[in-house]
Amino acid sequence: MTATALELKKTPLNSVHRELGGRMVDFGGWDMPVQYPAGTVEEHLRTRTRAGLFDVSHMGEIEVLGAGAIPFVNSITSNDASKLVDGQAHYSALTTPEGTVIDDLLVYRIAADHLLLVVNAGTTEKDWEWISSHHEGEDVTLRNVSSEYCQIALQGPDALAILQQMTDLSLADIKYYHFSQGSVDGVPAIVSRTGYTGEDGFEVYAAPDKAEQLWNKMLEVGKYGTTEGVLPCGLAARNTLRLEAAMALYGHEIDEATTLLEANLGWICKFNKGDFVGREALVKQKEEGVRRRLIGFEITERGIARDGQDVIVNGEKVGTVTSGSPAPYLKKNIGMAYVPVELAVEGQAIQIDVRGRLVGAQIVKTPFYKRERNS
Amino acid sequence: MANVPENLHYSKDHEWVRTEGDIAVIGITDYAQNSLGDVVYVELPKAGEAFSANESFGSVESVKAVSEMFTPVSGNVVEVNESLNDEPEKVNGDPYGEGWMVKLKMSNSGEVDSLLTAAEYEDFTKAESE
Repeated sequence: MTATALELKKTPLNSVHRELGGRMVDFGGWDMPVQYPAGTVEEHLRTRTRAGLFDVSHMGEIEVLGAGAIPFVNSITSNDASKLVDGQAHYSALTTPEGTVIDDLLVYRIAADHLLLVVNAGTTEKDWEWISSHHEGEDVTLRNVSSEYCQIALQGPDALAILQQMTDLSLADIKYYHFSQGSVDGVPAIVSRTGYTGEDGFEVYAAPDKAEQLWNKMLEVGKYGTTEGVLPCGLAARNTLRLEAAMALYGHEIDEATTLLEANLGWICKFNKGDFVGREALVKQKEEGVRRRLIGFEITERGIARDGQDVIVNGEKVGTVTSGSPAPYLKKNIGMAYVPVELAVEGQAIQIDVRGRLVGAQIVKTPFYKRERNS
Repeated sequence: MANVPENLHYSKDHEWVRTEGDIAVIGITDYAQNSLGDVVYVELPKAGEAFSANESFGSVESVKAVSEMFTPVSGNVVEVNESLNDEPEKVNGDPYGEGWMVKLKMSNSGEVDSLLTAAEYEDFTKAESE
């Protein structure tokens, strides 16, 4: 245990997590807090009702620079980067020739000749190699800048009011999936109205040596330690929050064996933008129709579905749970799974093989949780 | 530090046993509930079921994890803590009291002597968390 812990990668907030009592685990080679003393349920609920603070500095960042930046990114991702304006971001995917997923990512347009790709921690090296291997050299420079950024996510209905006390940027004017560059607590930062919780909120990118200052200031301004204050949240709450919002997690809902269309991510497949890796396969699959589809389900009996368990209909295995967990805000046990398309219908009864016991469930509409938007 | 009451017997699977005559009251330790986090679901056997020592008799689940529970001693289930169906959080709040899991009528009460003492269990958890 001790020997491997020494080899784990650390974010610039590692010692802060320990001081806050975070329970540290090996997450894809990173030493990360799975929860803090408040516990996963409380962290989850506080993010839904007030605000939660997340260290996501382990995410990877890749810069694409040069006049050919947009055409290059468009050739290897499924969404249409030419539609972005300066200060806008979108969700996209790096695709294989088969239309399956190398990784999902955010593409930020800082300028027409300057895009920032934000990718998953565990796949950063793979992505870097994949992207580099498709790079033909013309008018594009790639830089793996993962170690030049910390990333802190402040999420929840109070996120805007808390962060606004730390910056002159007018946060209310930053639209969803847009960002501004400015100063946060005196630190140069990218402030992005994005997140992975289903709540309103922001993700702040800054130099790693400023991470502690920003994190501690957010806790202070957010009145951490009071019953209605911000709570630092670990990976477990991050997972249950994204699951309630039915957002895909790489390695679970999407991977190199699942296509974007099967994962209900047709909305990030822009077939009219020109060719991209995997386009042909995805167009063909769209014409022929997918054979299986990602669905959301709710457990209707006693029991909790977990990742990797079998989905059973009429005594036969028909699919696999990609993510299964209690949903702390909804107070239900929910999950996502792939099932044959003819069964992927709301209301369809299924069973989950929970360690040998068949537990009843029903396919439901996703997202499981959708926040009320007041703007 | 986790609470380890003196008067109980402990297993290396983090169950505790309190003997009341030939009845063994069984639960999970403070260390175990703390490692699991918020307990949201407990699955227990039915009264009358028979178990040998070190058999899986149920599971306890937090948001993140599932943990199987093993019988530290052999016996027949005489009672289960039904209240945990609705209030599984008792396992976190009072692991040695209201959070108890099952009562077994022991078939071999000598088995208790092979379990760990409080001091031994404390050393065991220290070694495990290092």
